[in-house]
Amino acid sequence: MIVQRSIPSASATRTGVWVGIGAITMSFAAYTSAMVVRQGSFPAWQHFMLPSILYWNSLVLVVSSGTLELARRRIGGPFDRLGRADSLSVERLRQRLVWLWATLGLGFVFLAGQYLAWHSLSAQGVFLATSPSSSFFYVLTAVHALHLLGGLGALAYALHCLRVDDGPHSVHVLGAVALYWHFMAVLWLYLLVILALWV
Amino acid sequence: MVTVSALLSEHPPAESHHHAPEGWIRKYVFSLDHKVIGKQYLGLGLVAVLTGMVLSWIMRYHLAFPDKPVPLIGLIAPTFAAGGVITPEFYLQLMTMHGTIMVFFVLTTAPFAGFGNFVLPLQIGAEDMAFPRFNMMSFWVTFVAFVVLVAAFFVPDGPPLSGWTAYAPLSAVGKGAGPGEGLGQSLWVVSIGIFCIGQLLGSLNFIATTLDLRTKGMTLARLPYSTWAWFITAMIGLIAFSVLLPACVLLLLDRVAGTSFFIPAGLVVSDAMQPHSGGSPLLWQHLFWFFGHPEVYIAIVPGFGIVSTILPAVCRKPHLGPRVLIACLLAIAGLSYMVWGHHMFLSGMSPTSATLFSVPTLIITIPAAIITLLWLGTIYGSKLRLTTAALFCLGFVSVFVTGGLSGFFLSQPSIDTYLHGTYFVVGHFHFVMGVAAMFGIFAGTYFWFPKMFGRMMNETLGKWHFALTFLGVYATFMPMHWLGLEGNVRRYSSFPADYMHGSLALHRFITFAALFLGAAQLIFLVNLLWSRLRGPAAPENPWEATTLEWSTTSPPPFDNFGGVHPVVSHGPNEYGVASPHGDYIMQIDPPTAAPAAA
Repeated sequence: MIVQRSIPSASATRTGVWVGIGAITMSFAAYTSAMVVRQGSFPAWQHFMLPSILYWNSLVLVVSSGTLELARRRIGGPFDRLGRADSLSVERLRQRLVWLWATLGLGFVFLAGQYLAWHSLSAQGVFLATSPSSSFFYVLTAVHALHLLGGLGALAYALHCLRVDDGPHSVHVLGAVALYWHFMAVLWLYLLVILALWV
Repeated sequence: MVTVSALLSEHPPAESHHHAPEGWIRKYVFSLDHKVIGKQYLGLGLVAVLTGMVLSWIMRYHLAFPDKPVPLIGLIAPTFAAGGVITPEFYLQLMTMHGTIMVFFVLTTAPFAGFGNFVLPLQIGAEDMAFPRFNMMSFWVTFVAFVVLVAAFFVPDGPPLSGWTAYAPLSAVGKGAGPGEGLGQSLWVVSIGIFCIGQLLGSLNFIATTLDLRTKGMTLARLPYSTWAWFITAMIGLIAFSVLLPACVLLLLDRVAGTSFFIPAGLVVSDAMQPHSGGSPLLWQHLFWFFGHPEVYIAIVPGFGIVSTILPAVCRKPHLGPRVLIACLLAIAGLSYMVWGHHMFLSGMSPTSATLFSVPTLIITIPAAIITLLWLGTIYGSKLRLTTAALFCLGFVSVFVTGGLSGFFLSQPSIDTYLHGTYFVVGHFHFVMGVAAMFGIFAGTYFWFPKMFGRMMNETLGKWHFALTFLGVYATFMPMHWLGLEGNVRRYSSFPADYMHGSLALHRFITFAALFLGAAQLIFLVNLLWSRLRGPAAPENPWEATTLEWSTTSPPPFDNFGGVHPVVSHGPNEYGVASPHGDYIMQIDPPTAAPAAA
């Protein structure tokens, strides 16, 4: 059998995502510890109220995680661990892709919400360099948004794969993307708590 | 005698075959093949090491002859060194670029990404890395990082002068901090940030490949030591570069966006009050050294693996305590994250904190010492084949012990307070990190060159290269300990009229030794080129080694094992036992080839 060399195995993909999650966790741990140290060494740390849209946005991201999980279970359901498919009509598969499209849409809604939060703060005169707390707010939310943008790209790739070929490879890709997306949601909730407490 | 190809042909066929790429660009430039990418990393490392070495010669010449212009430099860099005169600022710029190029683009890329990429998939019986596209991206991202860094030589104020550690606030405040602290320093930060991304992609690939692409029978207990070392290095790198990248982002924002992460309030630089408030320069040091100390192990652990793989093959006996060796490597990796503060004893750290960093620093010497004793125990009583690779392994042990011993002094805050700003530290880290890692690179080159290019290197030239390099290394770096004990400060461009004037003779000796050491590398370059073009054809297993890379042709085919999935039945350590090959059992030998006393 001739196959493309660039297609990684399912288990390696999953391991890769877990390792990537480890690296991202470590990098946000670095940002967080920098913020804690920075606050501790600067008595005049200025707190400001987080824009309320961030809380609604959190809900959007959590819901998107739910829609993606629905998509993953419904599309990946017919496949067993070895990637063998039960009968699943093309029409039914397409119906189930709706949940993926919904996730993609919610992802964009979240990013738009983040932009509105930045806009709201800048309208109040709180910019990146205004104070140490605002600097960390913008950096943490922007870096998370960048990672989420990567997740949206991966989601679009999974959709493309499933539309072209609904075989086990596409299902594995979807599984890996779902893992990453759920992590993005958990990471955001962590950041929200940190930001609510510190900035 | 049974040929290894014959053995391999009895193994099951691979479930899939891969197309070799067609076209020069896909084959040699944007290649997905781990073997090509490994060679690309080694090529980049070679260019970088030659660049870094030339920079060090300019510095050394100036230190030896501070009143004389450096030949040719006035022509090459008329803006920064008009008439060949090295200003203190330009000296610091040279020092910054020398350190950055050597640490990041030589000591990180060659032993880990270079040899690891080429050898690791072969040693575990895989056809390639887990993510070939990420692998290709990893190299090209690293290449771009190198180009961005070197571009700093070609901007108006030249490269930065804040050292390879880029200490804030000097590195954070911008142009006013001195020549090169404008665009040059920004290029440095961007370059290192890009480099982090490349190394993170590489580390991810190494970990996933080792965990998921091992061939049948290749249990963790049967992994070759070099593969263990690259795997552990990848884990260290994954954490270390994940911290350096955010640090670079924050530093860049301080420079271009007016934030104050690392710049304190009330800072006056070049008579100008800096418009920043309340940042912490120490925060940069913590973030940087949380990466920086593990970076030492990113440079040296692959060397541990290379030496531990080569020694049993040249000693013709099993490596002593293989499980202890792996446990010690893991212990070193874990401890490497607990010792970063020993680089900051002079930062105003409290004695309690200093002690807390000093203790694990002393503890980390225990696994390092155990590994050294395991090497010596393996060599002891063996029928050592003194190949060039073997000589560089012995040299590795020597320089690592020498550098490690001076580390004992520096790990104690009370002694480090005196020595930290002196040439003692320069001698220490060049031995333990720079030279030891380079000896690992040389050992790996002489050992795996036949597999990489299908030709043997010239052993006579190799032995001359080793002898002169060994001599040159000790002549260059050993006297630096003496300079340090005398109180000779580092980072100064010259000492013409102060209390260090008496050390000028020793500085001149070191400079001649450094030039001699550099000249000795010409032998290596000639050997490399001549052997690549005219060296005798290499057999599949010229060193009679056991690991899987020696079970395939030299060089290996595109899919590594010619459409066969090797099945592993033995560990990598079965030397000194009777078998159809001689005194060793290869990992692909059938299980019936049970070890017996040779």
